[in-house]
Parts: sequence; C-alpha cells; structure tokens
Amino acid sequence: MAWQLAVSFSSLHILPGPLEVVGGLADLIKHGLLLKYVVASLFRVTWGFVLAAILAIPLGLTIGWHRRAEMAFNPLLQILRPISPLAWIPIAILWFGVGDLASVFLIFLGCFFPLMLTAINAVQGVPAVFLNAARNFGLSPGAIVSRVLFPAVVPQLIVGLRITLGIAWLVVVAAEMIAVNSGLGFLIVDARNAGNRYDLVVAGMVVIGLIGLLLDAGMRSLESRHS
Amino acid sequence: MNKLSAQRVSMQFSRDGKTTNVLRDVNLEVAPGEFLCLLGPSGCGKSTLLSIIAGFLSPSAGAVKIDGEAVTGPDPRRIFVFQERGVFPWLTVAGNIAFGLSKLSRTDREQRIAHYVKLVGLEGFEKAYPAELSGGMKQRVEVARALAVNPDMLFLDEPFGALDSITRLTMRRELLRIWEAERNTVIFVTHDIDEAVQLADRVAVMSDRPATIQQVVNIDIPHPRDISSARYLELRDGIFRQLGLAHKV
Amino acid sequence: MNSFAEPRKWEKLFWPVVACALFLALWHFLVIWSATKVFPSPLAVERGIAELFRKALLWRYIGDSLRRVALGFGAAVLLGIPVGLTLGWYPAINRVINPVFQILRPISPIAWIPVSIILFGVGDKTAVFLIFLCAFFPIVVSCVDGVSNVPLMYRRAGRNFGLAPAQLLSRVVFPAALPQIIIGLRIALGVAWLVVVAAEMIAVDSGLGYLVIDARNSGKRYDLVVAAMLLIGVIGLVLDLLFRGIRNFKSVRWGFRNES
Repeated sequence: MAWQLAVSFSSLHILPGPLEVVGGLADLIKHGLLLKYVVASLFRVTWGFVLAAILAIPLGLTIGWHRRAEMAFNPLLQILRPISPLAWIPIAILWFGVGDLASVFLIFLGCFFPLMLTAINAVQGVPAVFLNAARNFGLSPGAIVSRVLFPAVVPQLIVGLRITLGIAWLVVVAAEMIAVNSGLGFLIVDARNAGNRYDLVVAGMVVIGLIGLLLDAGMRSLESRHS
Repeated sequence: MNKLSAQRVSMQFSRDGKTTNVLRDVNLEVAPGEFLCLLGPSGCGKSTLLSIIAGFLSPSAGAVKIDGEAVTGPDPRRIFVFQERGVFPWLTVAGNIAFGLSKLSRTDREQRIAHYVKLVGLEGFEKAYPAELSGGMKQRVEVARALAVNPDMLFLDEPFGALDSITRLTMRRELLRIWEAERNTVIFVTHDIDEAVQLADRVAVMSDRPATIQQVVNIDIPHPRDISSARYLELRDGIFRQLGLAHKV
Repeated sequence: MNSFAEPRKWEKLFWPVVACALFLALWHFLVIWSATKVFPSPLAVERGIAELFRKALLWRYIGDSLRRVALGFGAAVLLGIPVGLTLGWYPAINRVINPVFQILRPISPIAWIPVSIILFGVGDKTAVFLIFLCAFFPIVVSCVDGVSNVPLMYRRAGRNFGLAPAQLLSRVVFPAALPQIIIGLRIALGVAWLVVVAAEMIAVDSGLGYLVIDARNSGKRYDLVVAAMLLIGVIGLVLDLLFRGIRNFKSVRWGFRNES
C-alpha cells in the first residue's frame, strides 16, 4: 500500500507500482519464462553450492584440526575472502567462457571461502573437555572424529550453510546479470535493456527476494531440528 | 512505624495457559535498621517476593508499603543487589560505583567513590574492569555501588551464591562489618540455613511453592556470633526441623 | 597427534610464509607449465602494480573505492544505529517492520542496481546508495539483536538507580549492546567492500572494481586484473583487521571473550 502511494506521489513515472508489477509477473508466467528462469538460477546455485560444500567442509575441518595448518593457510584465506566473486568474473570468463560453467564457478568461489572458514571455526570451537573425554575412553582418532567431533560441529556448520546459501543466491543473480543469458538476474538486466520494462525488473526483484526467503526459511527449519 | 509492610501478597504467573501460584498470602513486617533473611529452598519464590518488594514486579494481590507509601516501582532509595553478574562490564570499578551519583558535584562524587572503595576493601582496583576481577571482588563492587547512593534499604538476592564456600564466609563477615557501619535496613534472600542464622536479626522461613511465611525466628545472639555456641546450634536446628529436613547425612 | 602439541612462537610466522611461498611458486609454475599466453605470473602482477603506481592511478583508484565505502558505510551507521536501537527498544514496532526487512534483505545489491541507476544515474551516488543499502540491514539487525540480548538484570539495575528511559537507553542498554553492534558493523563493512567492487564493475568508471573490468576489456591486461584482485583482497583484510582492533578496547572487550 505504501508502495503504491509512494509511486503515485512521486514524479518519477518510471518506477512501477505494485499493480503493474503483478501484471508483469502474470506476463512472465504466461510466456512460461518465469519457471524457466527460476529453474536456471536454482540449477546453477545448487551446483556451485554443493560443490563448494563437498570441498570446503572436509578441507576446513582438517585445517581447523591441525593448528599448524591453520596458521599456514589463514593469511591466504583472509586475503582471498574479501575478493568479491564478481571480481573473479574476468578470470572466470577467461577460464570457462561465457555460460553456465562460469557462473557455477563464481557461485562456488562465493561459497567456498565462507564455508571453509566456518568449518575451521567450528572445529576450533569444540570444547577441549569433549575431546579429552573421548581420548579418556580410548577412542581411536577415526572414532573421535566421527563420534565426537562431527556431531559437535554440525549445528555451526548448518548455520554456515544457511548463510552461504544466501550468499550463493546473491552471487547467482549478479553472475547472471553479467555473464549468462538466462535466469532471474538476466531477466532484470534484459527487461531494462530491451524496452525499459521496469515492471518486469521489479517483478524479478520480488521473485528473487521471495525465493531467497524460502531458501533461508528452509535452512532455518533444518537448523532447529539439529541444534 | 515499620519500615516495610507487606500485606497478603500473592503472585501468580501465567504461561501458555498454565497458571503457577508462586506466592500465597505473604505477610511480613520489617523494622528500620533491621537485618532480615528470607530463607527457603531454591525456586520457592523468595526471589519473586524480593522483586515485588523492590518494585520490579506487581503482585497479583496484596500490597507492599515502605515508609507508609505504596511501592509502585523501583526507587534509588531501595537498591537491589543482584549476584555479581549485575556489575556493568563496560565500566571500571570506580565507574560502577559512580553510577548512581551523577547528580553530585565532581568532588563529592570522588569523595564518595573513595570512601566506598575503601569500605569494601578494593583499594588499588579503582581503574580495573570487572572482567579482571574475581567473583568475590565483583560482588563487592556491586555492594559498593548500591551503598554509594546511601539507600534506606538494601535488598540482596543470594549475593554469595556464585562464590565458593570459603570466600562466602569472608564475604559474610565483610557484609556485617559494612552493615554495622551504614545501618541500612537489609532484606537478604538465601537458601543456606547457616548463612541466615549467621547474618540475620530475624529469619523468615518460607515454605515450598506456593510459598508463604512459615515461621519467623528471632536470632537473639549478638554479633560476632560464635558458630559453635549452643544457642547458635539450637536456633539452627530449630529451623532444620521447621523445614522438615533429616538431621544426618 | 601433532594437533595437540603447542606450536612455538616462531611458527606463527613460519607456516604462513611457507604456505604463501608455496602458493606463489605453484602459481608461477602452473603459468609456465600451461604455456598460457594470457594468465599472468606473480612477477607480471607485481610489475603491473608498479606500473599503476607510476601512473599515479593506484592511489586514485584505491582512494575512490575507499571514499565510496566511507560515505555509504558512514550513512548506514548514522541511520542504521538509531533505527536499530529504536526497533530493539520497541518490539511492537519491530514486529510490524520486520517482515518488510526480511523480504528486502535477500535481494542482491546487484538487483538493486537498475533502481539505483534510475534514481541516481550512473556514477558515484549510485555506488554510495548501493553500499548504504547493503550495509544498512546487517547494522540494524545487529542493533536489534544486541538490544534484545541485554540481560534483564542490567535494565532493572538502571531503573533501580532512578534512570529515566532515555538515560536507560544511553547509559545501560547501548553500552551493553555495543559488542554485538560492533560485530554487525564489521560484517556490514565486509559487505560494503564487496558491494563497492561490484558496483564499480557495473555502474561507475573509477575505482578498483572498475579496474578489474576495464583492464580486461581494454587490452586484456590480465596482469592488472589480478593485481586489482589482490589489492581488493588485501584492503578488505586491512579493513577487517582494523575492526578487530576496535574489539580490544577495554570497555567492549568483555563482550568478546569467546572469539579468537
């Protein structure tokens, strides 16, 4: 409501009101484009995210476990982390060309570093008493990892996964705006370039926001069941 | 006239549709300058009663009057001392003690801080932060902070609960020394029978939930109290029996 | 198990140096081995940085990026902290506004770019607006969390000493919430740094982000691209370290006892 009022009162006749946005959404659904774009975006996110998780979590847990490894790799990680995945775009395009692989790579990068740092942090946060008790009971190193360490870090890992999934969602939209030609990010850029369809632009933003919310809510329900 | 008068105080909490009766028909009178202990097992509602008296909670029924006026909210004339967690961690010792003194002039304030730092035995730690202090020291900061505003009444809610039992003995002596110097009216909540008999002029023994005051015991031994004396043991055993506790471990 | 042995002091410097050296060596070797004509070796990157320095572009680009971050982040702090404190202090208002926040938050800053360009045109203001928008939410959230996590005991003590609500907020609630607010500020600064780079790649024509894109587009100068990336990483790290330094002030250090 406030939105509609704001648009009516402002002199910017370019920004669409909610009614036009809904119209734009309906348009997209009619042409079958909405589903196609959403699937494309989700597809890339899944690939990049899962790859990052599979690599980053075991690596991070290992590095966190060995103090010297953490001391060695931490500065490198801290320098690579603030580099936005977007800054990797030229390199990504150089290595993978314009297309799906490049955007998956970018999402992978965006998820890899935070997940690794979360895993390292989680291992270091395991109270010494847990590990001492495990050694006391004569558990083998393998058993310590699987029966004590892993359950202890799972809650923190899930929180990290949730935050990283959010990041992945942000990165995919950005990557699509620049480096591919399908997906929700592309929709936003294209709708503006090919005809100033700002109703579609905002519609795209709304869908992005809603899906982001759903992903986040989904992860939170996972969190509450595991903590 | 009595300093404090609680009449037919009752307290109920409702949560998720379930009502818990915490206090039932509590009547209490406290004389000026008196040291009174509220004694009872954990969870029996004595902290709730103290919160009501201090004005942080409103009773479901009944009324509390201090100096003849009804209690409607917290007041700087009656300071509540929490366990040492109540000390503000972002202020130094001096900063904490000065907390209630913002209306004073600078010289007055510094004088008062110095006086109370000395009184609680924390000279040299004025610039220390609570994170650097032990539990006992933090408790002293909180007591100093409370006393610095010269309140009429002090409410202490199991202040020594987080300390080890050896420190607790020292702190009790310190508290009595400070009280004898300042002579505020004190209400002290505890679950420790020995503590109550060692400190108080009178002990109000509270029953289990819904709590009411079972018995008020007059401790007629002058300070300093010999905790091996016959009279001390007699009074203590009386309370043991009142609470229905076994005498052998 | 070597992980339980206490590492000695010299090792703190030794291992990172070893790892970095290995990394650089690996990089150099891969470049030579793959005979790539485009991807730069570490030495090429270093020469690229020197070139930028000589052309006086280095400091100008860094300055542009930092300036935008300062403006956007500063605005987010000035607006975000009061809003966050208010929302935390009045939970009723928070319940109304929160759903709106939750929907707006996941929207990528990049997706806001078209809106931003409409409102501010291409240039500095767009970048600053985007940074502001993205830094705003973490700050508000951490303020709300900080305020609601203030122990009841502190508030009661404050009221006990006769503080009016306004004083309670400034003398008790704010200092007690400060550690959490600082965490939010640090996260927001990290986000701001990411967003400025992104915004510069798309919507402006100066700054480190712009350098990344421009170096490639006008001449495939990948040495400059990588140089820009490294600079972005290092400056981001420095900003983060600055904030970690703030945590050591004694009046907030109490809130960070569990962090490394």
